[in-house]
Amino acid sequence: MASAEDLNSFREEARQWLTDNFPSSLANKRPPGIAGFGAKLSGDWKAWQERLGEQGWSTPAWPAEYGGGGLSPEQAGVLAKEMRDVGAISPIGGFGTMMWGPTLLDVGTEEQKQRYLPDIIRGNIHWCQGYSEPGAGSDLANLQSFAEDKGDHFILNGSKVWTSGALEADWMYGVFRTDRSDKYRGISFLTLDMKSPGVEVKPIVLISGESPFNEVFFTDVVVPKENLIGEQNLGWDIGKRLLLHERQSIAGSSGDDDVVGGSYGIEQVAREYIGMEDGKLADGAMRERIAQQKMFAHAYALTGRRFSDEAAVNGPSAAVGILKVAWAKDNQNREEMLVEMLGNRGLGWEGDGFTESETKTVRTWLRSKANSIEGGTTEINLNLVAKRVLGLKGY
Amino acid sequence: MAVLTEEQSMLKDQANAWARDESPVTSFRQFRNSGAENGYADNTWAQIAAMGWTGILIPEALGGSGMDHATFGVVLEETGRQLVASPLLASGLVGASALLLGGNETLSQQWLPRIAAGSAIVTMAVDEGPHHAPEQLALAATRSGDSFKLDGSKVFVLEGGSADAFVVAARTSGTAGEQSGITLFLVPADTAGISVSNLKTADSRGYADLRFNGVEIGADAVLGEVDKCFALLDALLDRARAGLAAEMLGTACEAFDRTLEYLKTREQFGQVIGSFQSLGHRAATLFMDMEFARSCVEAALRAIDADDPETPILCSLAKCKAGEFLHDMSNDMIQMHGGIGMTDEFDAGFYLKRARATEATFGGQSFHRRRYISHYGI
Repeated sequence: MASAEDLNSFREEARQWLTDNFPSSLANKRPPGIAGFGAKLSGDWKAWQERLGEQGWSTPAWPAEYGGGGLSPEQAGVLAKEMRDVGAISPIGGFGTMMWGPTLLDVGTEEQKQRYLPDIIRGNIHWCQGYSEPGAGSDLANLQSFAEDKGDHFILNGSKVWTSGALEADWMYGVFRTDRSDKYRGISFLTLDMKSPGVEVKPIVLISGESPFNEVFFTDVVVPKENLIGEQNLGWDIGKRLLLHERQSIAGSSGDDDVVGGSYGIEQVAREYIGMEDGKLADGAMRERIAQQKMFAHAYALTGRRFSDEAAVNGPSAAVGILKVAWAKDNQNREEMLVEMLGNRGLGWEGDGFTESETKTVRTWLRSKANSIEGGTTEINLNLVAKRVLGLKGY
Repeated sequence: MAVLTEEQSMLKDQANAWARDESPVTSFRQFRNSGAENGYADNTWAQIAAMGWTGILIPEALGGSGMDHATFGVVLEETGRQLVASPLLASGLVGASALLLGGNETLSQQWLPRIAAGSAIVTMAVDEGPHHAPEQLALAATRSGDSFKLDGSKVFVLEGGSADAFVVAARTSGTAGEQSGITLFLVPADTAGISVSNLKTADSRGYADLRFNGVEIGADAVLGEVDKCFALLDALLDRARAGLAAEMLGTACEAFDRTLEYLKTREQFGQVIGSFQSLGHRAATLFMDMEFARSCVEAALRAIDADDPETPILCSLAKCKAGEFLHDMSNDMIQMHGGIGMTDEFDAGFYLKRARATEATFGGQSFHRRRYISHYGI
């Protein structure tokens, strides 16, 4: 553990570096998109991305030998605080930094780490995740996309569905069947170049009118053997490990109650659309529901922080599964309340009759219905907690 | 659970073992069946004092061990698990905190060593109606020369029948509903003009209603500053709320553990009932509520120790979340046990009754939701 003196000197270093490198024009602004998750940045955002990536502070705690920050957890905490203080938000993120990179650090060979990690850290390569298939949702191991062993390469046929960011992605990692005789020990973890001949991406239009997800079709796609991560047919464990990182990264993100539809918070909407009476919200029933919503979000944020602290000492726990359930519940309930508070202003779709914040709130509300389905449904997560944390049989 | 210090881990183990061996729920049942007037068994209280828990917050120079609220919370959680009935919270936490926050030198020297030794019980008397509403208090304290005369009543005072002194929140000016004009007094229980009526309550604990008829008390009995005690009272109540929330968390965790054990052993239709998804999912959801409640309780206790400006928000959050979880858990403990849960022979009823009593004490869920949201200006 670092001494307080060391941490203070690191604080000075971080502060100076931010003064020199963070464009003040971006203070307290959210990136227009996430590098590593589809966005091609320009101008000050591009410069900030490059400097942050070069310094490795997009992934502060990753080892320096692959281009990461090489910081201790305490130093990473100091950096996060300094960045918050100057309103600096990292534009580098996505599947690469949140799930694939941490998994690779756990299970990749030295050569694979050198090959993939530097571009994840800099946000140069945009990754997508090939997991779900038409017949493999909650029962993910039922996946059928088949990578046939041809000696020095595989020939891949089949399809993936609900693939976020596939249209913009440069590469995909995912789980594919390499042996049809064994459900679990017949799956391999592969990477593939999305520009390979035979890869086709079709966007799926959602109830929100937007298309964050895609279908991906593979027709005789050549995947070199060097793209195999871990051992052939033993990819299921890697795939599950990656999902644990996904849940852990949700655990690390706090319930951001104050930014809704990218612009305004729940109290502000309440004040504006419901109005005040004697210093209190005019609708007493709604006031109590807002309190409950905010208290749930607060408890969720405290639990995420506590689990992260405890994981640093005791290692990851299956209990993080409840955070995925809570995250979905928190988001969905907040979005429902926002639309309800907007009243008929919460029914706008597009056009000049509604403000941008209003229509964005409607779209975000609709999009939030996927929160309890994506990344493991609420029901599957409750099964996992019942089985692995509570030790109940039959799940 | 938060990463504990070595001292906290030792106390946790000690408290857990003592409560299970010396004061399990069966002891509480015997005490209830005995129909005793005061709210606890004397030998239980003597053992608690002997272990030094009554002096956790009190400085070493005054006979205590000078530890913090997070550490007290660890002990209260363990005693809460076994429904231990004692004045530990009322006196060791609330009474001691009143003197630590607002007591002058003389009062502190007089009372804190006795609280630490368990030889005096000092409890707080704040509420006057069916609901917790500190701003609404109306018990009058009228000044005459160097003393005050107290007239009015207090209800549902914890351990009120066995207390040696009361921390009385009174109105020296203003009217009910105003924050200014509130003053705290330390009033010995044997002062002339106080009448105490013990209450028989569903949870079998020791509550009493107090009546003050022209009770004369010197100005040297004032805690804090005349007319300006609302902030002191609020800080004191927050310590009480966070400590009680820790106890409630323990009570609910034990109810959870016992229910989970039943789900793993009770068989119907040829299989353990925990294998039915409707019960497994409820258990998993209760587990989430339990973890959330724990995060809030620990954050509130630590905020008090760090003198964090968010302490009032976090204490309301902790009391509310612990209350919500205990409420649901005590109901589900009965439902998931089926018919046996309804019998007096089984312990679930004790957990349910303790749950409602502690929920209502120092503000229920509804009170704390309103207090929490008022911090956000709506």
